[in-house]
Amino acid sequence: MIQLNANHFIYLLQAATWTLLLSLIAFVGGSIVGLAVALLRVSRVRALRALASGYIQLIQGTPLLIILFLSYFGLGIMGYKLVPIVAAGLSLTFYAAAFLGEIWRGCIEAVPKTQWEASDCLGLNRFQQYAYVVLPQAVKLAIPPTVGFMVQIVKNTSLASVIGFVELARAGQIVNNSTFEPFVIFIVVAAIYFALCYPLSLAARALERKAHAGR
Amino acid sequence: MNYQFDFSFLAERWPDFVAGAWLTVQLTVVSIALGLLVGTVCALIRVYGTRWMKAPVGVYVELIRNTPLLVQIFIVYFGLSSLGLKLSAEVSAVIALVVNMGAYTTEIMRAGIQSIQRTQLEAADCLGLTRLQTIIHVVLLPAMERVYPALSSQFVLLMLASSITSQISAEELTATANLVQSDTYRSFEVYIVVALVYLVLSFLYRFGFWLIGLMLFQRKRKLGTAL
Repeated sequence: MIQLNANHFIYLLQAATWTLLLSLIAFVGGSIVGLAVALLRVSRVRALRALASGYIQLIQGTPLLIILFLSYFGLGIMGYKLVPIVAAGLSLTFYAAAFLGEIWRGCIEAVPKTQWEASDCLGLNRFQQYAYVVLPQAVKLAIPPTVGFMVQIVKNTSLASVIGFVELARAGQIVNNSTFEPFVIFIVVAAIYFALCYPLSLAARALERKAHAGR
Repeated sequence: MNYQFDFSFLAERWPDFVAGAWLTVQLTVVSIALGLLVGTVCALIRVYGTRWMKAPVGVYVELIRNTPLLVQIFIVYFGLSSLGLKLSAEVSAVIALVVNMGAYTTEIMRAGIQSIQRTQLEAADCLGLTRLQTIIHVVLLPAMERVYPALSSQFVLLMLASSITSQISAEELTATANLVQSDTYRSFEVYIVVALVYLVLSFLYRFGFWLIGLMLFQRKRKLGTAL
């Protein structure tokens, strides 16, 4: 058994950068897919709306853990062997997209109908309406809940540990396997997660307050 | 792609999946009930408590909401047992889920309780209701009614999150899936089956909470649709 020492904590902090990187991948990927989901969700074509809503129901009704298992072990056995970071990045992307899509749909729908009508009268086409009138206003509404959801993404990257991706939670397990000090180690791991998430929570709250004060 | 799907393991192993799903339901129903209780009490403290009572509740809520459930489960199961408090996987799972659920419920219920206007309390005073009657009938039930949609989606999220307890070998649905796939090497099929079971469970939960809502809040029936 090895005594817990400073190197272990340095190792945990290094692993935390992987947590951050995975969060970033999930957020960027989730934003791109999520924007598409949100736009489909408010589409004028009924079939597209149904498609997006089906996707959201499917992802929000399945645990992220199962999505991870499907993309890592499931696809692996079918012959598409993904490395853990790709499997985790893909799973988190599709997971985040469902939630961000639903959040952003609410923001797009919250833009007053008169804005659509006015831009119709000005002869803007659908793309121009979105690009110049609706989305800029929706983005303003979307920022606080999106920052809030980033907290969920950071926390959910911990699940990537189950498919062997060495991020913070997995690093904690590895250190624990050689030192057998689970209480101290997992408290430290939790503290690092807290240090990553709490600023985001505070920012989300501050932005929320600012958005309400502006009205 | 020349992959042959093979769901034949279901013929033999379906009782395992049923048992796993049943444990998932048991774990989550207990956790939801206790978590709601913890959250309600904490929310009352956060709104009406003295400053010294509010501070620890605030710390609890922030600590739990800003750390992953997986790590919380590890602290309860591995951490506490290394300190000499040995708990079974199921008990640890319930404790972690209750603590987690309690923090989220506190925030939701707090929003509901804060939406109850002061005049309502004054009116209850004038009618001579006791403190307990006021809290239950004037504060808690109407508060819960207002935040019920948020509460029930949090309950469904907890049910899905309970899959994480498979990591400390609580033999619920996800752990069952891991077991069956390691026996049969049919991981894709196994996880698809389990994903479907979770999907069905989350629909059942939403439907169940909608029914409970109808029974609890008969004053007005604006609780949205069943699903």
